[in-house]
Amino acid sequence: MTIDTLSLGMRPAPSRKAARLWQGSAVPVLTVILVIVALWYAAAVAMNWQGVSDAFARAGEQRSTSEIFLATLEQERPMLPAPHQILVELKKTVIDTPITSRRSLLFHAWVTLSSTLLGFALGSLLGIVLAVLIVHVKTLERSLMPWIISSQTIPILAIAPIIIVVLGSIGITGLFPKAIISAYLCFFPITISMVKGLTSPDLLQRDLMRTYSASSAQVFWKLRLPASLSYLFAGLKVAIAISLVGAIVGELPTGAQAGLGARLLAGSYYGQTIQIWAALFAAAALASILVAAVGLAERFVNRRMGVRSA
Amino acid sequence: MLKRVTSEFGEKGDGPAHAASDHRLVAGHAGTSVVDIRGLSLTYEAADGPVYALSDVDLQIDEGEFVSFIGPSGCGKTTLLRVIADLEQPNAGHIHVNGVSPSEARLRRDYGFVFQAPALYPWRSIRKNVELPLEIFGLSKAERRERSDKQLDLVNLKGFENKFPWQLSGGMQQRASIARALSFDPKLLLMDEPFGALDEIVRDHLNEQLLQLWRKTGKTVLFVTHSIPEAVFLSTKIVVMSPRPGRIIDVIDAGILGRERRLEVRETPEFLKIAHRVREGLRSGHSYDD
Repeated sequence: MTIDTLSLGMRPAPSRKAARLWQGSAVPVLTVILVIVALWYAAAVAMNWQGVSDAFARAGEQRSTSEIFLATLEQERPMLPAPHQILVELKKTVIDTPITSRRSLLFHAWVTLSSTLLGFALGSLLGIVLAVLIVHVKTLERSLMPWIISSQTIPILAIAPIIIVVLGSIGITGLFPKAIISAYLCFFPITISMVKGLTSPDLLQRDLMRTYSASSAQVFWKLRLPASLSYLFAGLKVAIAISLVGAIVGELPTGAQAGLGARLLAGSYYGQTIQIWAALFAAAALASILVAAVGLAERFVNRRMGVRSA
Repeated sequence: MLKRVTSEFGEKGDGPAHAASDHRLVAGHAGTSVVDIRGLSLTYEAADGPVYALSDVDLQIDEGEFVSFIGPSGCGKTTLLRVIADLEQPNAGHIHVNGVSPSEARLRRDYGFVFQAPALYPWRSIRKNVELPLEIFGLSKAERRERSDKQLDLVNLKGFENKFPWQLSGGMQQRASIARALSFDPKLLLMDEPFGALDEIVRDHLNEQLLQLWRKTGKTVLFVTHSIPEAVFLSTKIVVMSPRPGRIIDVIDAGILGRERRLEVRETPEFLKIAHRVREGLRSGHSYDD
């Protein structure tokens, strides 16, 4: 993906669009990508060097430095795969493999995505309901908040297998347990941002409602909720990324049948580092798409609510 | 000076017993007072001891009057307005708004309140902001539309219905908030330094518009300000207040200036005489100290 962007920008295209690209942030962005790729190649050569030269030594072959150098970038199971190896793997598993195949990365991404989305929906619902309760019932802030905070201090890796096993013992398997783990992780930023948002209306705005003798339901629907939406979206952006992490973590203890987490686990079992990195890239791309989707929803809502465009 | 009416009732709630005694009191002072305040006191508990925001305030306001409250900050003029609006609770004394307690008046939607800032909801268009109270009162869409059209026309905001608050100037925003306060046709209009944040040119203009609006609608207006020319120009009655403790030191009748006023009235001897008396009142209240 990185290389694609790179060559696109570097191709001499004298169109107006390209000119604008260069005037804008294209140069700094490309520079950063270039530096990262260069550092990556350097790291790949350095980290794989010992392994390659040892392998040649074991085989009793004498190789020149340049041959070793090239071999560090073409190993089958390198310690650190070079960027182009990951791109080749991505092309193979995304484009060249039909989506129905278990070898297709898209198939695994879809498995993860479905539990991510279900978990995100459940987590958002839980997060919003908790926030509404906390804002409206004074005692709940004190009684509920410590539990909410301590829920986030428990390492998810410790609690994920418990959830899987407990739900499995009552016959719930597959998508749902993973979504629960995902929801468990992602409700927190939503609750926190939503509480902040629901309490954001200032005294004047609240006094106004009081002069109308508005009921608390009316204050909620006409003041608190609309005022909280920009805060909610900030929370949702964090939450959607976390719910993806939750779904991946949830796939690890299931015996890794399908999903990006399964690809990561299988890759580490068999030392398929390229497969691991490809799965990581797929997860990163998925997260970007999800965050962008939330951003798009936010822009739609903002336009409906007349928010001044920055 | 004001006639002080001491009262042995120190009511705090709106219980039936109080309501009964209130009734007797109202009967005793029957009149057309829209606002009737007797022996009103309000004390805050602050960290360094009690703050006497209002002390033994007596005031009667008749229907159709335009009453300004003037005084330095801390004199309780805003607090008094908020007590009338049932946004603050007094510690002692009696207050009636349209013959009932402030909370009953609030529940009856007897007054519209205009705050220091426009307090428009940023996610609502100007029309939707004006219709906010109407939505809360459960009016039909058609009726809401009709009323918001009328009120926006009245404050000269026709053509801005679908703009959002940030697209309007400060003066226009405050006009929108006045339209919102008038949209449900309350008997009373309470205004808390509504033009304080605006520059003088805009303020003069809005003052003229507000007077026109007052004449057209016949509302009773209670107007808090710290500007002497504004108070004299707008009012039929000026209430001069003084801080520590917040109390009324003078009530000046400015009816002599008539109801039809243009900005030029500010150069007349009558105007200057009233302004002088307001200034003297403020000085006698030691308002210029510290």
